[in-house]
This record gives sequence, C-alpha cells and structure tokens, in this order.
Amino acid sequence: MEIGTVLPAIAFYLFASTACICALMVVIARNPVRSVLFLIMTFFSAAALFVMLGAEFLALLLVIVYVGAVAVLFLFVVMMLDVDFVELKQGFAQYLPLGGLLAFVLTVELIVLGTTFRLPENFSAQVPIEQGVSNIEAFGLVLYTDFAFFFEAAGLILLVAMIGAIMLTLSRKKGVKRQNVSDQVARTPKDGLEVLDVKPGEGLS
Amino acid sequence: MMEIGIHHYLAVSAIIFTIGIFGIFVNRKNVVIVLMSVELILLSVNINFVAFSAHLNDLTGQVFALFILTVAAAEAAVGLAILVVYFRNRGDISVDHINMMKG
Repeated sequence: MEIGTVLPAIAFYLFASTACICALMVVIARNPVRSVLFLIMTFFSAAALFVMLGAEFLALLLVIVYVGAVAVLFLFVVMMLDVDFVELKQGFAQYLPLGGLLAFVLTVELIVLGTTFRLPENFSAQVPIEQGVSNIEAFGLVLYTDFAFFFEAAGLILLVAMIGAIMLTLSRKKGVKRQNVSDQVARTPKDGLEVLDVKPGEGLS
Repeated sequence: MMEIGIHHYLAVSAIIFTIGIFGIFVNRKNVVIVLMSVELILLSVNINFVAFSAHLNDLTGQVFALFILTVAAAEAAVGLAILVVYFRNRGDISVDHINMMKG
C-alpha cells in the first residue's frame, strides 16, 4: 500500500471522527459552556475537511467567522444567562429513546443513500475549477461578477439581521434619568434662576 | 476504505446532520443547544456542498456554501437576540414555554 494514499485516508478519518464525536458531545454535554467549546472543535475539524477537499477559502472563513465570531457569540450568551445547569438536562432521558431511534434510522438511510448514489456522467460545470488558479482568486473572479446579486442580497440579509438583533436587545428602561442635550443647551439664565422673596423666619415650604 | 471519495464525505455529513436533529429532539430545556444543533445541521449541508463542488469540479457549490455561511451567521445573531429577550422576560431558556412569544 502506498504512503500517498494512506496518509490522506488517515487524515480524513482523524478529522471526520473528531468532527462526529465533538458534534455528539455538543448535544449531550451537561454544561452549555462545554457544548460551545465542542462546537468550536467541530468547526475546526470541518475546516480541516474543507482544506482536504481543496476549499481553502471556505476553511479559513469557517475558522474566522464561525470560531471567531459565531461561537464566541454563543459563549458570551451562555455566560451571560444565569441558568441552572442541572435543570437544563431535564427531559433528556425522556426523549432519548425516540430521538435516538429516529437519529439512527435517519443516519442509516442517509448513508445508504450517499453510498449508493452515483455522480452524473455527463456533468458540465457551470464555473469549472481551473488548475493553476488559487481558490480565493477563483472565488474573487466569480463572486463579484456572476454572483453579484446574490452577494448584495447576502449583505442585505446581514444588515437586516444586525438591525433586528439590535432592536430586539435594546431595552429602554423607564425611570432612568438620561442626559437631554437639547434641553441643556436651550436653557437660559431666566429658566435656571428663580428669585424668591423669602420672609424672615418662615423659610420655603 | 483507503481511497477517500465523495461517499465518505457524504457519510460524515449525514452523521453530523442526524446529530443535529438528535440534539433538537433531546434538549427540551435549553434553547442554546437547539441553536447550536441548527448550526451543526447547516455545517453538514456545507460539507455536502463542498464535497460535491470538489468532486464535480465546479466552484458554484463553494459559492453557495459561502452564502449558507452568511445566512447561518445572521440566523445565529437573531436567534441569540431572541433568546436574550426571552430569558429577560421569563428567567429560563426552556423550549416548553416558548409559545408565549405568540403574544
């Protein structure tokens, strides 16, 4: 057996098993913080699989956007919510048999479907991957030309999501005194000073 | 076994997808894990797209995976924002009472 075929196979099985085990740990871990850390590990392994498939740009994007932003956002939210960790796992055993059975059946079905599937013979690529052009360059060549509308739509989705997230979490508390700049600037000596005629011995009520 | 083809990647993707489904099933008290399960499902879909893209020699699949990544990030942001508001109103993050959001 040649070393050239064994090494990629070993790497694939290593990353694939890490991804699957960490994904399972995400859903069964007792502590949500551990779930997030296992999620980060899953994304790293998936990024390694992407590199093996030749999608370097997506792999780096997965590490930067998912591990760097989304997973850390999850971590912030988990740490911000003050919840009882024991209470969170209630109902786990109750739904475990049905969920496990369904998951098993679905896995077997999908794997059977995936392994019996045959790629089409006369497939013509819409955007062929050319040799000698780096992955990110190939992306750049089509992303702003062929897929420009999709790219702008993605930007619009991100904008809407950002506005939505801010609008949802922004809370204006009642009863909090805030600085009102226009009121302060519009204040004149006449408003600010009141001269009262105080009678001796009585004071102001 | 030693020749890694598209079927191996499809199998990994299938396993991660079902783990995501399983996570949604069994975590009835924790919406954060449900959101993470949705992320796992989207990741498995991305693995599928990239595997097909590599084996059909077509970049379109990778571009599509990029847009899925965008939408997944937006979904995580909005989902977590809803979760924070829900926690502020109720004091826990259980799935059971989430229908109170109907108003």
